[in-house]
Amino acid sequence: MRNRYSAGNLIGAAIGGHKDWAPAWLDVDPKPRYDVIVIGGGGHGLATAYYLAKNHGMTNVAVVEAGWIGGGNTGRNTTVVRSNYLYPESARLYDFSVQRYESLSKDLNFNVMFSQRGVITLAHSRHDLDAQERWTNAMLCNGIDAEMLNARQVQECEPRLDISSRARYPILGGFIQRRAGSARHDAVAWGYARGASALGVDIVQQCSVLDFIKKHGRVVGVKTSRGEIRADRVAMAVAGHSSVLANLAGFSLPVTSYALQAMVSEPVKPVLKAVTLSPALGAYWSQSDKGEVVIGGALDHFPSYAQRGSFAINQQAIAATVEAFPSLGRLRLLRQWAGIVDVVKDSSPIIGATPIPGLYINCGWGTGGFKAIPVGGWILAHVLATGQNHELAEAFQLARFHTGRLIDEAAASGIAH
Amino acid sequence: MMQLQCPFCGYRPENEFDCGGTTAIARPPIDCSDEVWGDYLFFRVNPKGLHAERWRHTFGCGQWFNVVRDTVTHEVSAVYRITESRPRALDP
Repeated sequence: MRNRYSAGNLIGAAIGGHKDWAPAWLDVDPKPRYDVIVIGGGGHGLATAYYLAKNHGMTNVAVVEAGWIGGGNTGRNTTVVRSNYLYPESARLYDFSVQRYESLSKDLNFNVMFSQRGVITLAHSRHDLDAQERWTNAMLCNGIDAEMLNARQVQECEPRLDISSRARYPILGGFIQRRAGSARHDAVAWGYARGASALGVDIVQQCSVLDFIKKHGRVVGVKTSRGEIRADRVAMAVAGHSSVLANLAGFSLPVTSYALQAMVSEPVKPVLKAVTLSPALGAYWSQSDKGEVVIGGALDHFPSYAQRGSFAINQQAIAATVEAFPSLGRLRLLRQWAGIVDVVKDSSPIIGATPIPGLYINCGWGTGGFKAIPVGGWILAHVLATGQNHELAEAFQLARFHTGRLIDEAAASGIAH
Repeated sequence: MMQLQCPFCGYRPENEFDCGGTTAIARPPIDCSDEVWGDYLFFRVNPKGLHAERWRHTFGCGQWFNVVRDTVTHEVSAVYRITESRPRALDP
C-alpha cells in the first residue's frame, strides 16, 4: 500500500491504475481508554491530536467528532490566514500560526494549498486611513509585514475593485499583509487527520459527547453516543458549542455563540487576485481554487446556533459585493451557509485549563479560528502533554476575565462586529 | 427576513432592531469580589434553545423590551415589556 504522496509515487501508482493507495486516515471504533480524548474533529481538534503525537510522543489519543471531521466551522469558513493583529501577545500567537502554515504542506506531506496572495483591508474614509496607519505601525512594531496602499495601488492588487470617483463606496486606499492569504479548508482537516492517524491517533466519527464522567470532581472520561470512554485528560475544541459542553461539565464561559455567514458564486475563471476585506461594508472576498467567488459577511446581530445566517446580513454582503465589484454583479450564487462561532468580549482565544480538573479547553477564536488551527493545536497539545501552559498561551487564560487583564483585540475581527 | 414584534409598533424586520443580549442580569454590589464582578460582566449562559434577551427597536420607537427566543429555530415564544418579568410558563 502506498502511504506517501510524491511525484514518484503518483507515477508509480498511475501505472498500476491507482489501485494501491492506502486510505488517507482510518475511521475507527473507540477503545474504552485513552491517555487523552480530544472532543471535536475540526481543524483545532485534529491539529491538537497531531501535535500530541508528533511533538510529545503521545499516541494513545482519540479525537471524537459528533458528525464528520472538518464538517463544522472548518468546512464552513472562508479560509483566510493572516496575522494582522494589534497587540504583541496576539501578533506572536497568530504569526506563529502563519509560519506553521508556510511549512504545513511539507510537514504533513499533504497539499493544503496555502496561497500567500495577500490580504487587503480597504479604507473608505480619512478616518479609516488614520486607523490603518496606526494598525500597520503596530504590526511593523511587532515584526509583522504590513504596507499602506493608496487607491491606485489597491487597484493594482485587486483590479476589479471600483475605485472610481462615482463609486457608491469610495476607496481611498487600504493596507496589505502580503504574507497573508488563504488555504484549502478540507485539506487542512484531512492533512492533520492523516498525519495524526499515521502516528497512531484514533479518529472516531459519529460519536457525540452526551456527558462527562467525573470522579472526586475530576473529569476522567466522557459518555458518548458510542459508549463510555475514559481518559487521564480530556480537551474540548468545539468552537460555537463550547458553552453547551461547559454547561455539561459544570462551569461557564465568557462566550456568546453567533452565526457567521458566507456564500459562494458559481465557478468562473480567475477574476480575483487577493483577499479583500471591507470592515465598513461588512463583507470580504476571495476566489477559491475551484473558481467560486467566496463572499463572507458580518456576524448576525443576535445569539444564534442556527447554521444558516440571517437574511439581513446576506443582503448586506451581496449589496456590498455588487457595489465594490460591479463586474461580479451578474454572477449567480451557488451556496450560502453559516457557522456558529464562539465570540468572547475581548475577541481573543482561551486556551488552557478549565476550572474542572482534568478538562482543558481551546475556544474563543470567534470569527477567525481557521487561521489559528496550527497554533491552537500546538499549544493545546503542549498543556495537555506537560501540564504547563505554552509561553504563547500564558496571556490567553480564562482567569483574565476575573483579573481584568484582557487582550482587547479590535483587529481580531477582520470585519466589524 | 426575520420579523420581531415590538410591543409598541408591532411586527418589524430584524434590521430595525438591536439585540442587547441576555436580559435581567442582576448587578452585584459594588464592593463584590473580582470573581463575582468578572462573572457579572463577561460570563453568560449562552443556551442552545430558549433564551430570554432584551432588544431595542432602534430604528423605530427606540424602546427596549424583552423577548424569549429559541436560539436554534429563532421562534419567539414571548414578548414582554422591559420592567415585566419572564412569563412563568417559560422558566428554564
